[in-house]
Parts: sequence; C-alpha cells; structure tokens
Amino acid sequence: MKKTILIVLLNFLLINKSYSLIEVDITRGNLDPLPIAVSPLHVDINSERYKDLKIKELGNNISKIIEHNFRSTGLFNPLKKEAFVQKPDIAHLKPRFEDWRLIKAQALVTGKILIKNEKLKVEFRLWDLAAGKEMTALAFTTTPSNWRRVAHIISDKIYERLTGENGYFDTRIIYVAESGPKSQRVKKLAIMDQDGAKTKYLTLGNELVLTPRFNPTNQMVTYMSYFRNMPRVYLLDIETGTQEVVGNFPGMTFAPRFSPDGKKIVMSFAKDGNSDIFTMNLETRVVERITDHSSIDTSPSFSPDGKFIAFNSDRSGLQQIYVMRSDGSGVKRITFGNGIYGTPVWSPRGDLIAFTKMRKGKFYIGVMRTDGTGERLLTENFYQEAPSWSPNGRVIVFYRETKAGLKGEGFSAKLWSIDITGYNERQLKTETDASDPSWSSLLSK
Amino acid sequence: MTRSLIYSLAFHTTMIFLTILSLPFMLREPIDLPPIVSVELIQISDKTNIPYAPKARKIIEETKKKEKERLVSEQAPPTAKAKEKPDKIPLPNEQKEEKKIIKKKQNPEEIKPEIRQSSEFEKKEIVDTNQIAALIDKAKEEEVTKQKKTNKITQSNQKNSFATGLTLSEEDALRAQIFGCWSVPLGLPYDEDLLVRIKLNLKKDGTITKSEILDHQRMNRPGQKFYKVLAESALRAVRLCQPLKVPPTGYDKWKEIQLNFNPTEMLKG
Repeated sequence: MKKTILIVLLNFLLINKSYSLIEVDITRGNLDPLPIAVSPLHVDINSERYKDLKIKELGNNISKIIEHNFRSTGLFNPLKKEAFVQKPDIAHLKPRFEDWRLIKAQALVTGKILIKNEKLKVEFRLWDLAAGKEMTALAFTTTPSNWRRVAHIISDKIYERLTGENGYFDTRIIYVAESGPKSQRVKKLAIMDQDGAKTKYLTLGNELVLTPRFNPTNQMVTYMSYFRNMPRVYLLDIETGTQEVVGNFPGMTFAPRFSPDGKKIVMSFAKDGNSDIFTMNLETRVVERITDHSSIDTSPSFSPDGKFIAFNSDRSGLQQIYVMRSDGSGVKRITFGNGIYGTPVWSPRGDLIAFTKMRKGKFYIGVMRTDGTGERLLTENFYQEAPSWSPNGRVIVFYRETKAGLKGEGFSAKLWSIDITGYNERQLKTETDASDPSWSSLLSK
Repeated sequence: MTRSLIYSLAFHTTMIFLTILSLPFMLREPIDLPPIVSVELIQISDKTNIPYAPKARKIIEETKKKEKERLVSEQAPPTAKAKEKPDKIPLPNEQKEEKKIIKKKQNPEEIKPEIRQSSEFEKKEIVDTNQIAALIDKAKEEEVTKQKKTNKITQSNQKNSFATGLTLSEEDALRAQIFGCWSVPLGLPYDEDLLVRIKLNLKKDGTITKSEILDHQRMNRPGQKFYKVLAESALRAVRLCQPLKVPPTGYDKWKEIQLNFNPTEMLKG
C-alpha cells in the first residue's frame, strides 16, 4: 500500500517536473543573406572532348552561374572562392566541415562533371555545415551544350531546399526589344534566359509588337502585332517558330493573356469606342463575351485556379481594378485608393495581385491581396509598368523608362526586377532597350 | 465494505489534493497582464549599463561626487543598505562588492571605481554586454507587443517569465543571441502554423549535447515542405549560436530547455 502511494507521489512529482521545462520564444531572426560557399565543380579526368566546349573551365563556369543566380535573389551571399580551403574533388567526397565553417559559410555546394559519349553528367551535393550532413544530392545527364540549363536547374534545387519555395532560375523572359529614336522605334520580340544570357530575336522588327505573354503550361507565346495599322493577336510557338493569327476580328484586340490551363486566351476587344472582355477557346475558336458594359474594360488576367478574372475598368469614373468570376458574374471593385490603377496580374501562387498605379504624375508597381486589402507599393518612378510574376510568385519583373543622354534628351527603357518584399530591386541586363516583359514558367518541372 | 470505501475515499482525496498541488497550471487562468515589461528591466540593470551622453555624463559624475561627499560628511559607515535601491534583486557577488566600496568611502580616491562605470573607455570591463543586448532587444520587443496586444506569443512570454527559472534578463540575453544566429527562410507561407519547438539538452558552459525537434513527424508530411526548411533553419541557428548564453547558476533549471521558433510576426510585419 505504502509502495503504491509512493509510486503515485513520485509520478506526480515527475509530471510536475516535466511541465516546468523552460520555454523561450524566438519570434524574430535576421534577414541577412545566407552565406553559402559554391565550390567549383570538379571535372573528372576521364572526360572526353566535346566540340569547342572548354571542359576544364566548365566546372568553374557552372559554379559561377549558380553564384550569380543566388546573388540575384538577395537571399544568399555566395562567398569568395579565394577563401576556400578545400579542393573541389576532395570537398565533393567529404568536406571538412570545420574548415568551411571557419569562413562563416552555412551551406556548401560541391559537384562533379563528366563528359562521356557526348553526354554531360553533372552531380551535385548540398551540405548543411552547421549540422555536418548532406541535405540533398542529385545527378543530371544531358547534352553538353545544355550546361547553362544544368546550372540553373541545380540553382533551383538548392533554392528549393533552402527556402522551401520553388525556384525560378530555369526560366526565360520574353520581352519587346526596342531600338532607335522614339518616333521611329523598332520593336522586336526577344527572348532570353532569366539571367540575361542567350538572347534570341523572334521577329524582324518590320511590324510593331506589343505585350508578349507566356502560356503558363508550355513554351507558347501570345502577343499583339500591328498588321496594316490594325492590332492583331498572334500565337507563336517558340520551339518551332510557327506563328498564327488568333481569329480575325472586325475591331481591335488588346492585351491578350492565357488562361492557367493554357487552353483559352482572355483579351479585350474594342468596337465603336467601347471595349469589353472576351475569351477565346484555342481549340474550338469559340469566342465568348465576358463583360458587357458601356465603360472601357481592359487588361484581363486569370487567377491561377481559373475561377476569377481581374481587370481594369473606368466604370466608376477613374480607372480601377475589378475582380469577377470567370463567367463574368459577381463583378466587384477591389481598389479604392487615390490614383489610377491598371494592369492587374494575378500571382501564380494565387495570394496576391500585382498592379501599376499612377498618382500625381508618378508610377508605382505594387501588390495587394486578391480582395484589394493590404496594398503595398514596391517601387516608385516617373514611368514604369507591365509587372509580370516569376513562376514561384516571389519576384516581379517590369520595365521602366528613364531619361538618357547628357541633357536628358533621349530616353531608355530597361527591365527591372523586385522582390515582393520591396527589397532587392535590380536591373536585368538586356542587349537593347526592353519593355513589356513576361516571365515563363519553369522549363523543367 | 466500509473499509474499502474508506480506502477509496482516502485515496481519492489524496489524488485530488496531489492534483491541486502538482498541476496548478491547469486550474490557473492565463495571467492577463498588460504587456509592459520595461519596468522589470530597469530592475535588472541596477548598474546603469547605458553609456551616458558625454555632457550628461559629466553632470552625473559631478552630482555623484557631490552626493557622495555629502553622504560621507553627514552619515556614518552603515550606509551600505541605505544606498541600495529598494527594487534591486541583490546577487550574492554584487552585494560584497558594493559593501567593500562603501566601506572605503572615506577615502576620496577610492570612490573612483564606482564612477568608472560611466566612462566609455572602461565600459568594457564593467558593462555586461549581454544585458545591453537584452535591453536593446527588449525595446524592440515592446514595439511588437504594443502592436499586437492580443497575440498569443506575448502571453506565453509572460507565462514564461513567471513559470521558468530564468530571469527576464537571462531569457532576453538568450533570445537576443539566437535572434542574431537565425536566418529566417523567406519562402514561408503566411497563413500556416509556423511554430517549431526544439528541445535542447545543455552542458554547463552552454554547449548543446542533444537537440530534438518536437514535431518531428510533421517534417515529412506532404505539403509541409516549408516546415522542414523552417525546422532546419532553427536547428542551424541553435548550432551556430553555440555555446548559448546561459546563466552561471541554476544549471538544474536550464539543463533542458525548449525553444519555440515562430517567425509569423516577423513575416507579417
């Protein structure tokens, strides 16, 4: 009897003790970029020659692209290679964690490449230096000329592993390349990798091109081009280069954009000074009217689930952003702020809408929740517009026109990117002036 | 029959009694205090750690000198207790030091060490940087709590300070240290539960012998990829911070400690 009581007592004491565990809440941390060491990839000595590819430098070049990608996010701080203490081949087998911790790295990327039988095999490992263990390891095989893409895919995998978010490096941006004076501007359709490399021009520049937009499901692009001074909506397959006109409408068509499943195009269509929103099924070519209002409705953009469409309209006087169901019912105004709102674009994550706002002669790129609350203006300038989302919904690319020349007589248009936090604003390198960017989805899923 | 009834009754009353004794937190309502903690902070820093502005310092030094001179002339040695602020929590070491100084007060040259606190050059020796960190940190903390008075996190903060063996300054020093080490992954969803609880076993010097993520299963659940990333970042922070800034005494109280990482406030702010 005594024993049982004693046991019960002890039990209670123990329970009591376990509940008195000290708890400390950590509600904040730092947002400093994560220091990461990207070791040059080790080139296997058995590698064979491949065309004019400089194999010896390939390992270093791939690591440089990865570093560049990381730096551009603003979330990582790639450390200088001079400080690295271990050679790439040994580091890839088993890094000496203490050595890497010494240079204040928190993560380490190592890798190995081998070219054999005209195939490039790239292997990489990501190490958690604090824990002293491997976080992820993958190998890719491809044709050697694809080495840049491999670097981007590796960047995506590491980004994904360290941030919990999908990457956006293995993507491309299509834009309108501009050259010449303002009155005689030559506008060509151009495409490049997201880091500015491998620019390719898709049209000759004989006709004006505007608003290219990627199909979210494949490498198809829709854009507007003037034909005999009439704007038309075109479809272009980037892989094959085939081009077609989307229907032949009596009036003018504007601002085409794909639906999330890529099967429809939503656009505005002007007739007798009034424009409304229409969708067109690309398979059946059936056109459907979505809005029917005496005001000007333009710039439609689907939500990623395809259930809603955001657009701008001047039905209340000034141009504001509205959201409706994809069949045109339940139209709701979501912006009530001072100024003019335009070009709504729904984030691929579905949580935010990016927009351009004009107020007191200044242009802002901003984001807000899909019900119009939580408006945040990310960047301000004299002229900037056309936001487009990175496929993971974290970065917005847009274009900005600034005065150029010594006396400000000319002007230049460039692409810029900004994080949705409002930080890390960067200019993207383009060969020419550029406007109207559109970000593709990930090339490899 | 009656005997067993008595046994049963006795047993049950002991049970109820023990329950009341040992599980008081189940009865107690969460203490609803206004989230102001600055008052207690002043208490902690009985020696002023904040460096004075140069001008102010001169004035304060002068007034201190005057005061002391006055004290010396008016009062006899037993000023030791009167000198102490009433709200001070005396630490054993400090008391001894204070007494020594005050005993020698008659000699004007000996007053210097106490004045020295405020000299910026000597600051390093005397000022405990942990406490400064805690102070700075607390100031920020206040802003947050003011903004979100109803936030659960702040409530649990209060609970902690009462329930745990760490004083507020000790807790804050530890918290401030980990804030600095924790790189918060930015790709986290806003509307999910982002609490990561890590239990640590510590050595006396603050190094970690064992770390354990309490909701370990959640890491491998589908759709919870972000949680794994978050938990790993928290673990990394703790490892980077080693040795943790733990108090010199009371090892038994903090040899096991639980850290609740929650970046929700930060991401929303």
